[in-house]
Amino acid sequence: MEYTEIMVRYGELSTKGKNRKDFINRLGGNIRKTLKVFPEVEVHPNRDRTHVTLNGANSADVIGRLKKVFGIQNFSPSLKVERTMEDVQRGTLELLKDQLKAGMTFKVNTRRSDHDFEITTDVMNRDLGGFILDNFPGSIVQMKNPDITLRVEIRSNGIFLTSEIIQGAGGLPVGTAGKGMMMLSGGIDSPVAGYLGMKRGVDMEMVHFFSPPYTSEQALAKAKELTGKLAAYAGNVQFIQVPFTEIQETIKEKCPEGYLMTIQRRMMLRLVVALAKQRGGMAVFNGESLGQVASQTMESMAAINDVTNMPIIRPVVSMDKNEIIEIAKEIDTYDLSIMPFEDCCTIFAPPAPKTRPDIEKTRYYEKRIDVEGLLERSLAGVKIENVHAEQKFMNQDEDVFTELL
Amino acid sequence: MIYFDNSATTKVDPGVLDTYQKVSNSVWGNPSSLHAMGEQAFHLLEQSRKQIADLLGAQPHEIFFTGGGTEGDNWVVKGTAIEKRQYGKHLITTAVEHPAIKNSMEQLAQLGFDITYLPVDDEGRISIQDLKDAIRPDTILVSVMAVNNEVGTIQPLLEVANVLKDYPKIHFHIDAVQGIGKGIQPLIMNNRVDFVTFSGHKFHAPRGVGFIYARTGRRIAPLLTGGGQEKNQRSSTENLPAITGMAKALRILLDDEEAKVQKQRQIKSMIYDHVQSFSKVVMFSKNQDNFAPHILCFAIKGVRGETIVHAFEQEDIFISTTSACSSKKQQASSTLTAMKVDSDISTSAIRISLDSANTMDEAREFNQTFDRLYKEFSKINGRS
Repeated sequence: MEYTEIMVRYGELSTKGKNRKDFINRLGGNIRKTLKVFPEVEVHPNRDRTHVTLNGANSADVIGRLKKVFGIQNFSPSLKVERTMEDVQRGTLELLKDQLKAGMTFKVNTRRSDHDFEITTDVMNRDLGGFILDNFPGSIVQMKNPDITLRVEIRSNGIFLTSEIIQGAGGLPVGTAGKGMMMLSGGIDSPVAGYLGMKRGVDMEMVHFFSPPYTSEQALAKAKELTGKLAAYAGNVQFIQVPFTEIQETIKEKCPEGYLMTIQRRMMLRLVVALAKQRGGMAVFNGESLGQVASQTMESMAAINDVTNMPIIRPVVSMDKNEIIEIAKEIDTYDLSIMPFEDCCTIFAPPAPKTRPDIEKTRYYEKRIDVEGLLERSLAGVKIENVHAEQKFMNQDEDVFTELL
Repeated sequence: MIYFDNSATTKVDPGVLDTYQKVSNSVWGNPSSLHAMGEQAFHLLEQSRKQIADLLGAQPHEIFFTGGGTEGDNWVVKGTAIEKRQYGKHLITTAVEHPAIKNSMEQLAQLGFDITYLPVDDEGRISIQDLKDAIRPDTILVSVMAVNNEVGTIQPLLEVANVLKDYPKIHFHIDAVQGIGKGIQPLIMNNRVDFVTFSGHKFHAPRGVGFIYARTGRRIAPLLTGGGQEKNQRSSTENLPAITGMAKALRILLDDEEAKVQKQRQIKSMIYDHVQSFSKVVMFSKNQDNFAPHILCFAIKGVRGETIVHAFEQEDIFISTTSACSSKKQQASSTLTAMKVDSDISTSAIRISLDSANTMDEAREFNQTFDRLYKEFSKINGRS
């Protein structure tokens, strides 16, 4: 079924008073960004709805992309036909042939904004209903809660037929909540946390620490590819890679084993906060979930959090692992996340980290390293890359392989 | 040369062979190796898996590579028996399965499992009532072939699926070695099937490679244990050139499948309509929708199948006595026996099996040759 236009309805933002206009404009911009690959598509944001005119673009592809745009409550693909009964009938056949099965119920719901049109609402409902009954054996008319409602909108520029309401991603348009810095490791939790933050309107930048040669190029590629998965919800996302080798080696050399992890995390947090300040980020996001591993006790969080007063938002803090995995599968990051590459969190993990680190002792041991110098050298080596939706990094040869296959 | 024995094996597609060679030359790392060469091989393996899954409407993790159809059949039958032995020891299959199923079942029977072979009618098809009657509380597997390799009968797979919806614990296996690319994918990849066996060399991939589909959540014990490849389900270093070639062969096979099936059906009809008019010819395959478009099995009464095969071979036309597996053993076809065809007639059976590369001209030439040979056979066969 090739549709001609899509009507997008807003969710929560309908209630957001004076910010409404910003929200709508931002959403319109995000829709344009995600549909940029279809230059023929037009996007018209209005007060109550956004109209997307396809002009021949593949509707299944457009629908697939719209499903990932936050701030859309639901949307209805529709078919525009000429203003004659024959065209309406032809369009109806086309629209319902894959949807209306024997035994299913339906109703026709006509609206006529153009009152000069010769067929009235009641006549259209009755005649088109009869036509459907004749052409779909076994279908049943039902006014209350039918399986399918065929909406017929008669406007001066054509008649619009709609039969489906597709659920959108919900949430708020990315960017309306400001910028956040996501600490993206490559595990299961951090991409999910990033996704949840983006869903609340955060324009997220991904910060990834890498420690060559302790971590591989493959681990870096994996983090970038995860970013590509998340970029599908925002159009594109900045990927910031931060060198961490010297810091890890220094801590390992100078600090007691039980505090390695805590001090490493403090250094990471300092780096993210510094990047946030440079780049206009207002909060740090991470994938910590309470009690999952040693670094994720409240004592540990306090000892790490000690280095900044910038808000640290932990979207999955109270979720069970299974709940997190469920979302990871839904957003297609799970299979990537479980690929077994060492990341910088696992490589120097001491056999017995302190699960209840003491803040005073942490500060004391940390004095053994040159915090400022280490931070400065690491920040000097930062690399920033713009990652597109579904961009691939792991399988560099995909196109070559496609030729072989 | 006319090759009408495509159910025995097919010629490797030149493009597939090209892929095989390129992969052997340039992506020859072990997919399990940690370094970049291994990584590259791993990605090619997974991209091949995804392509096959996409073509079948399955998920990539539901595809497991094997060494061919026989391995797939053995794996599902014995793997189910091992995995589910504490739940039951009863397996159901049909009387017309390929030996890869039948002999696996026989091996299990010797170990104390109980096997029911569903009988077939004179078209080689099981009855759904027989299946319903055969199911017991301890049944763990129902294994039914999609297309019979000797006669071409399509089994009522959707009806079997429908019956098994009420028995969610029973594994449902379809041997689709002869069924893929023959226009019945919706019957095979139905919404109840748990396992499906495929073999590469039946669709222009190299020998020694195949795959099974295993529905998410359904478990069978591995037969090959070792290094843990294929998610620990089938150890053995992956045969990457062949796997890649097979993924390509499957894509080519299913490209414009409908037109190719139509073509084979026309060729089959042309031969069918011609040979059936001869008085000593007995048709086993039917020219109807519940028979595969590419298999035609019939007998010339009084002439041994072997004699017919060799006579055609003299004319450079390659056909077969029923299945390739049984043809050298001079046994009557097991399918025809199960169809209660008298052994006097079944030993005269021959099989023509087509492919989309065959042509109507070849069918015409076959028919002309048939006329000539039939007359000659009549001389030696005058009395009957």
